[in-house]
Order: sequence, then C-alpha cells, then structure tokens
Amino acid sequence: MAKGTLYNKVWDAHVVDQLPTGQTQLFIGLHLIHEVTSPQAFDMVAEKGLKVAYPNRTFATVDHIVPTKSQARPFQDHEAEQMMGAIEKNVKKFGIPFFDFKSGNQGIVHIIGPEMGLTQPGMTIACGDSHTSTHGAFGTLAFGIGTTQVRDVLATQCLGLDALKVRRVNVNGKLKPGVTAKDVTLTIIQKLGVKGGIGYAYEYGGSVFDAMTMEERMTVCNMAIEGGARAGYVNPDQTTFDYLKGRKYAPTADKWDKAVAYWKSVASDKDAVYDDVVDFNGGDIEPVVTWGITPDQSVGVNDRLPEIGRFPADEVKTVELAYRHMDLKPGAPIKGTPIDVAFIGSCTNGRLSDLREAAKVARGRKVAKTVRAFVVPGSQQVKAAAEKEGLDRIFTEAGFEWRAAGCSMCLAMNPDKLSGREISASSSNRNFIGRQGSKDGRTMLMSPAMVAAAAIEGKVADVRELMK
Amino acid sequence: MNKVTRIEGRAVPVEGNDIDTDRIIPARYLKEITFTNMGKYPFYDERFDAEGKPKGHPFDLPPYQGASILFVNQNFGCGSSREHAPQSLLRWGIRAIIGESFAEIFAGNCTMLGIPTATVGQAEMQRLQGLAKENPGTPFVVDLEKKALLSGGKEHLKFEIHESKRNALVNGTWDSTGLLLANAGKTAEVARKLPYVNGFQPQG
Repeated sequence: MAKGTLYNKVWDAHVVDQLPTGQTQLFIGLHLIHEVTSPQAFDMVAEKGLKVAYPNRTFATVDHIVPTKSQARPFQDHEAEQMMGAIEKNVKKFGIPFFDFKSGNQGIVHIIGPEMGLTQPGMTIACGDSHTSTHGAFGTLAFGIGTTQVRDVLATQCLGLDALKVRRVNVNGKLKPGVTAKDVTLTIIQKLGVKGGIGYAYEYGGSVFDAMTMEERMTVCNMAIEGGARAGYVNPDQTTFDYLKGRKYAPTADKWDKAVAYWKSVASDKDAVYDDVVDFNGGDIEPVVTWGITPDQSVGVNDRLPEIGRFPADEVKTVELAYRHMDLKPGAPIKGTPIDVAFIGSCTNGRLSDLREAAKVARGRKVAKTVRAFVVPGSQQVKAAAEKEGLDRIFTEAGFEWRAAGCSMCLAMNPDKLSGREISASSSNRNFIGRQGSKDGRTMLMSPAMVAAAAIEGKVADVRELMK
Repeated sequence: MNKVTRIEGRAVPVEGNDIDTDRIIPARYLKEITFTNMGKYPFYDERFDAEGKPKGHPFDLPPYQGASILFVNQNFGCGSSREHAPQSLLRWGIRAIIGESFAEIFAGNCTMLGIPTATVGQAEMQRLQGLAKENPGTPFVVDLEKKALLSGGKEHLKFEIHESKRNALVNGTWDSTGLLLANAGKTAEVARKLPYVNGFQPQG
C-alpha cells in the first residue's frame, strides 16, 4: 500500500465516510460538466426531487458538439442545438456558472479549468469525461466518471470510490530536441500498455517532469487514462504556483501564501512508499507515431512497424485487426505513410504552446495539396492569445484552416470528421476504430509539431528534419 | 432498490481485447439527450454495413437473441467514460458481464446501473466463449453470493468481483445517491475543513 504520496494525502483529506459497501465516500472539490454527459444527470436529479448540493463547486462549458466553423445559433445539426439548449436550461435552473460562447472563456473543459485557475493543487476533481486526468498536472486527484456518477456529484458533491494503488513513473535525463511531452506520454503507454494502469494512479516524476511547463505536464496527464490509469498526476512545485498566480479563480493576494503552503503540503513526501515504480530514460525517447487502433500500438518515427510474431499470443488478434484496419504492413517504415487529413487541437494538444510548436514548423511552408489541414484552438482564450501573436496568419498562409474552440475531430461529435477510409495525422488522444467519425477512418497520433510536419510533407515525417 | 444476486440466461460472446467504448457505442449516438434509444446502438458499426444490413455480429445472430450475459476478454470498455456504453448493453438485454479484465471507469458505470462485471482467467474465458459459440443455448447462472458461474445446475467455475461492487449489488445499494446523501452533515464538515473550500482560513 502506498504511503505518504500526494494521492494518499489528497484522498485522506476528502474522506467523508466509509460506506457499507466497502467503498469510500469522497468529497469532490471541483466538478466540471459539459453538454454531452450532463443532461441525463440533471434529469435524474430532478426525477429524485433533489437539488444541486453545492452549485458553486460545479462549472459548465460546451465543447464536444460545438461546430468549429460557424458557431451561429441555432446550430445546423438539430441534435446539437437540442443538446446546447439542454445545458443552457439546466445551468439556469440549478444556478451553475456557465462558460458559453459569450463569456470569452468557452473551450474544452480540460483546457478552461486550468486556464481560469479553477484547477488547483490538492483538489479532488471529477468530470463526465475520461480525460479529466489532465487536471492531475496540478497535483490534484482528478478522474473521469459516468453520467449516473455526475448525478451523484450534483446531488451530494460526493462519489463512492474504491482506493487506487500508486505507481511512480520516473522519467529522468533530458529530452532530445524535437521530442515533446506527447512523445513522453505515448512512450510510457507503449511500454506499460493500455491495460498496464488498471487499478493504479500514476505519479509522474523525475527531471524531465521537473523541467516541463504546466502545459506539457497536462499533455502527459491527459493520456494517463489511455494507459489504463484513471488518474495521473505531477507533484506541485514552483512551476505550478507560477502558472496559477493571477488567474481568474486563483487565490488572491491575501490568501496566496496560505494557499501555497497548503499546495506544498500535499506533495508526496521524500520517503513516500509506492506500490510500484518504473523508470524511463528521457534521452531514449524519440518522436512517436501510432500505427494501430490502441494508443500503445506505436513506434518511433524512424522505426519499422513491428512483426506480428513479436507480440504475445493473446495480443495477436488485436494486432491483426489493427493492421487490417489501418492497411499497414508489418516491417514497413511508418515514415512516408501518406496522410489525407491533419488535425491539430484537442484537450491533449490544443493549448497555446502546442500551437506555437506547430506554427514553427508551418511558418513559411505550404500544406501538401493532397492534405486537408486544420487547427482548432482548445479555448476561446487560446484562440485570442494565438491570434494576438499572429499564429493564425502563419497557419492560414501555410494552408491550414483556422477554427473556433471545441473538441472537433478528436471524437467527431460535430461536423469535423474523417470520411470513408481517410487517414489522419492527429494531435489528439485516441486512434480507436471509428473514433474520428468514419467507421473506416484511420488515425495516427503524434505531437502537434509532427502533425504540422506531416501536413507539409503530405506523409508522416520526422519533424527534426524540418527544424534543421 | 433491487438486490442483484442471481442473473440467469444465455450468454453471448464478443471476442477481442481492448474493445473500447467508441466501438461499443459510436459517438454520434451520444447526441441524444436521453438514454431511451441506446438499446438500438451497441456495437453499431461492427454490426451493420453502410446500407444498415447486419454483418453477422453475435448481437444479431438468432441464437443470441434474448441473451443476458456477455462474455468478453481483456480491458473491455477502455477509453471514453461514456455511460452510453453500458446503457446500450443494458437496454439491449445484458444483465451481467464476465470478462478477463475491465477498464475501470466502465466497470464503475456498470455497477451504477446494477450490472456486475466479474473476471475469470484467460483459459477459462476461452472455454466459456467456446461453449457459448458451440452451444449457444447453454443456460448460465451468475451467482454473486457464491461468486460462481453455474450451468446445468452445476457450479461451472468461480469468478472474481471487486468486493465493494459485489456488496453494492447484493445489498441493493448500487444506486448510491441515497447512501451519499445520508452523510450530508459529514460532507459539510469535510468541506468546511478543506482549505480551498473555506477560503484558506486557519483551522480552529
């Protein structure tokens, strides 16, 4: 059993009771909601004749279904319009703060929480979305939940949960130029597998994480769930505090020092005990590209696709399905694989620093004629900041479309979709069959800079060759 | 609330590791604002071609119509937290899922709907899926009190299920709002002590 970790401390501070089932009743400090997984939950609360217990601890936005071209109302898709109407009605009825288009703060739920300083160290955070693990970058215990659990949080501000084990994931050394946080998280998933994290929270640490910005830490924690870990986190440090200072919901001057003291107190002790420890050398990590249908099916950009014989017997069926679906061949290089679509955005890589990295590659170059390329900022704030420094012009001059904030083609619940057998280079988080809106569509995950490189070359490329 | 102690019925096998919730229910069906129609959609894109004709997925084969137990492999339900996935299985008719392992959010969502997620070893699952394929009419009983899967009145094999999930199901407390709400006083007390809730006030 882990002891003295941030996980233990934050968990213990939020325990309300032991339930007769054996689960723990945990207080949820911050609840984030969006339009897709909340309408049924509000209906259930109303059906039970209950109220929202702590309306000032829930915050709402819209991201999954919003179109990124024209956001004029009513939306052309009547189901999307109906869903939008439902959240507007519910936040009004239950008195919940709502970051809509007019607020200037709308965006992907996991981007706006940190951006507005809502996400703070030492919190428990829940949201009806699996990528809630993103918020762990701030030293929070943050996890995705289903709609019936959203109902519980609305009605009680609590969840019944089973404790997790804690695995320390160390990445030491130094990343090579052109290697990003996305490559770190994809490498961890490649080595530990998509099931490796079941039952665990991942504590990410080591010199590579110490050196990362908050946005980079968010990229890694975002994909903890893709490795099976429901939660992932980084201990809070000066980088965390500097990021939070001055943000809209961050503690103000008179409370700042006390807040920092609390935040420091929740970090894992030096002699903390973990259920498991794994070590990576940051210097070994290459730019990574996925070739299959699960996020652990990936290779370094200069590697060849693995032979089927290399996999354990019980993985062979999935691997064969992956090769069939992707129409790729074992032994072939991944570099040079032609792409049809390039997508830069999502809660994994839709923040300002991601767009800057991609813009460095796009600047002064042209998207290949065979490629449909678009950039979707993760929030209205990211969009405004990017426009202020001219990133939008760099992208549009290169032939990328510049869109409005939303989840876009990460999950294609909006007009942004693959069609037919199109293959995308995507900065998002899932390469599942059908994920990007076409059941035959194909996805290769990579860093935003690598997506930009693929867009320019028309095929998977090593971004480092464009940086020379 | 209903106690879930025994689920009786035939079993439908769906083979493969890492079957994610996008495959269980494609995202486009999440645009509906109620769960009412979800029973029409499980595994939709694997079941139907572009013209909407069935492709021979187990969920469409005659012997498995009316099945109430689902046999799956490793990491079933990985990916998105969408409760639409277990909702679609439940509304299709699934009342219990036996697998080699489950993604955590998915398993938690199943419990909230009163669906047990029980695990057996790889060899056992291969045997079970084989049995359900060769003899689809085999009646099974998932007995949560004995933690055993019975067939033909005999104990077929023991399974594992997370103890808190089993307790919630057999005691009929899987719909947890009532339990959590009963502790409203204690909840307020915990909230008051949390520095970020009380505005970082010193604690007396």
